[in-house]
Amino acid sequence: MSQFNLPHEAEVVERIEESPTIFTLRLRLADPAVHAAYRFAPGQFNMLYLYGVGEVAISIVSDPEDEQMIAHTIRQVGRVTNGLARLQAGDRLGLRGPFGRGWPLAQAEGGDVVIATGGLGCAPVVAAINYVLRRRERYGNLIIMQGVKHGDDLIWCDQYAQWAQMPDTQVLLAASEGGACWPYHVGHLPVLFEHARLKPESSTVMMCGPEGMMIAVCRELLGRGFSGESLYLSMERNMHCGRGKCGHCQLGGKFVCQDGPIFSYPEIAPLLGVKGL
Amino acid sequence: MMSDSTFLPQSGLAQLLTELAAGHRIIGPQVEQGAVQYRSLQGAAELPWGVRVAQQPGSYRLQRQGSERAFAWANGPQALKPLLFAPRESLWQVVKTAAGLSFSETLPPPERLAVIGVRSCDLAALALQDRHFLQGASPDAHYARRREQLFIVAVNCSHPAATCFCAASGDGPNAVSGFDLLLDELDEGFLLTPGSEAGQQLLAALSVSGVTPAQRQQVEAQRRAAAVQQRTLPSSSLAGRLLELASSPRWQQIAERCLACGNCTAVCPTCFCHSEQEVPQLDGEGSEHLRQWDSCFSAGHSLLHGTPLRADTAQRYRQWLTHKFDSWHQQFGRSGCVGCGRCIAWCPVGIDVTEELHALCGDEA
Repeated sequence: MSQFNLPHEAEVVERIEESPTIFTLRLRLADPAVHAAYRFAPGQFNMLYLYGVGEVAISIVSDPEDEQMIAHTIRQVGRVTNGLARLQAGDRLGLRGPFGRGWPLAQAEGGDVVIATGGLGCAPVVAAINYVLRRRERYGNLIIMQGVKHGDDLIWCDQYAQWAQMPDTQVLLAASEGGACWPYHVGHLPVLFEHARLKPESSTVMMCGPEGMMIAVCRELLGRGFSGESLYLSMERNMHCGRGKCGHCQLGGKFVCQDGPIFSYPEIAPLLGVKGL
Repeated sequence: MMSDSTFLPQSGLAQLLTELAAGHRIIGPQVEQGAVQYRSLQGAAELPWGVRVAQQPGSYRLQRQGSERAFAWANGPQALKPLLFAPRESLWQVVKTAAGLSFSETLPPPERLAVIGVRSCDLAALALQDRHFLQGASPDAHYARRREQLFIVAVNCSHPAATCFCAASGDGPNAVSGFDLLLDELDEGFLLTPGSEAGQQLLAALSVSGVTPAQRQQVEAQRRAAAVQQRTLPSSSLAGRLLELASSPRWQQIAERCLACGNCTAVCPTCFCHSEQEVPQLDGEGSEHLRQWDSCFSAGHSLLHGTPLRADTAQRYRQWLTHKFDSWHQQFGRSGCVGCGRCIAWCPVGIDVTEELHALCGDEA
């Protein structure tokens, strides 16, 4: 029986509250041999199973070389995630995976990495950011750009402040509405491009967030001389099986769960921005 | 392909079924609830002798003509799909104990099925379902378990319906491969052509005789006649073409007629979408994980963060038609339509895919 068809039992080792609606579960597979054999790439996801409730696709945020734990940062948006939010250390759940294609982190080595995300705590890119920071010598500059609707929406403030202190790392934040004490830029994400130290010819861009935001970022970067091949987007669709069988995640001819969720811009450019596709 | 054919008189059909029944549960066409349906077959008498089927957009009617034939109809509402990809089945179960959660797969019991009466369009659909469920990194164990054991007796289609367009899709009316044994039905009996080693063995056990030149001519004429069909598809491939028509006003015009009921996806022999769901036991000690056929016409199909991505019927119809005739090429190297015409006949408002494709592509039908 493959790890893709049947869940493995996993134990919650630690639950971290990130915000009132966002939490991180650090998991260990119950069978030590299965845990030791488990491999994944940043940007891939697992199907997490809550006993008696069902499964949900969640991106993996831990480091692929962290042999201790598989971590998932989860936002409460539905039946399964609301239930997962109530799990505590010692509780059991099911895990199938990993599924999909991750970020092009090997290909990005030697150049700059630009991260552009919008919305609340974008877990898939956090995995990429942490991957780069732990292997700092393999990459050039790391530029992190995040846009949120309201200043109060930003989670991991301390983490952004900490990232900003790292060598060759630029952190740029924008809020459409800043609020009273918002110390960063005000406006939509593209206002940050004026301030980013971008090198179009030697960068890999990894983005995640609402489709409209990613389209705006792609347009801006293509206009600034980035090649389409250097842009990567993390797409989101309904997922039930993770194996390219159930049909829910289709985006044109792509099965997002196995052909993605990370796509290069040329692969999906004709599919972007078509309402209801 | 007729060169290795032999003749089985009509009275020999019982013998064929007896031989098959020795190692298989036989599934065959029978009249049930006003339609020809695949059901467990106890004997040749249960076959739809003398039954014809008239099909039109939104209409399926049985006609009893008292002819001598058992297979003089095009198709029923379902192809082989429900026999292999079950409409609803358990994938795995989990037991909760003090020690934790214990997961186990719930495979169907092995059963050797033989299906008699399978049409060429349905064999083409079977080949597509095989590709979807059996190929790739994660083959489907439930489908595989049923597929491995399947014995297929195909019948060349002698009476295509007005809704049929297998000649246009290139999938019929005559079967070329994918069967164990192929029948051509004549008034006095059948031409038998083996398609596999197992089919050859079955044939060897039957009292057959040589095919006469008159019988051969009759079968050839019948095969040619069945290929004459009214409905057509746009003349050039639709790969990459429908997606470019995403903003056509035609989608909204179709949506004004479409009820989004999902009948077309339920009767389509290639539609594979399914949802997974959980059925916990009432005693709280276990839970079962099921899958069930789903339809891209349902709101839940495109649900993302609690909201359907495809908000209206126009977008859902566009998804169905574009997937079937355009993006299917990208996924499986051919169109997802085999020309069986079921979606036309079983659409309660009689939407005709061939008409819609011609309209979208600006061709005359």
